[in-house]
Amino acid sequence: MLVSILHRVTGGALTVAGLALLCWWLIATASGGDAYATFSAVAMHPLGLVVLIGLTWAFFQHLFSGLRHLVMDIGAGFELGVNKLMAVGSIVAALIATAIVWAYLLGAFA
Amino acid sequence: MSMGKSSTPLGKVRGLGAARSGGAHWVDERITSVALVLLSMWFLASLLWLPSLDYKTVAEWLRAPTGAVPMALFVIVSFVHGLEGLKVVVDDYVHDEGNRVACNIVLLFSAVGGAAFALFALAKIAFGAAA
Repeated sequence: MLVSILHRVTGGALTVAGLALLCWWLIATASGGDAYATFSAVAMHPLGLVVLIGLTWAFFQHLFSGLRHLVMDIGAGFELGVNKLMAVGSIVAALIATAIVWAYLLGAFA
Repeated sequence: MSMGKSSTPLGKVRGLGAARSGGAHWVDERITSVALVLLSMWFLASLLWLPSLDYKTVAEWLRAPTGAVPMALFVIVSFVHGLEGLKVVVDDYVHDEGNRVACNIVLLFSAVGGAAFALFALAKIAFGAAA
């Protein structure tokens, strides 16, 4: 239930905010160094980072709950234990993956 | 779309769901999701592997075919999948038929417009003069 709702919410956020940012980033790159610098400044602002980290989490949550949906679409994973494990697993995996990516990006492994 | 001439039970109900054409849409959504598993992994891995995300590095990356082509595919498939997903949300929650059609038109125009801008930007990077 929770994971199903998360799948929708993260999918909506990725489509609206994620694709808008992707467009802005590509257009800024096409426009030249000044436009790119504006994008970078917004992205590296603390609020920008919160949005980017949030989108990273939304991406991983949507990826893992989406993979769970694909498994269920082929008729597998409906046993109570397996189903719950996949649901909880998608939440845990998304949080861990987000942490690893941003630890790397913010230089924790440097 | 069933026109009432089919004699099988499946044929009679085909195309009569809430969205009228749900079966093909359902399959499309799953196929694009599988494509996006690959493309988004490529995108994320590229962002992590690039030595820097400054203007010069990113522009050079997207100027090469190995960057531009997967990125164009990522843009197209992302917009298709996002449009399909939001269409399901609209079909689920917007019950008035007129509002539902209006919402779906806004979604379609936004998705096509956004994808067009992103692809134009990519073409400009790939075919434009090196900065």
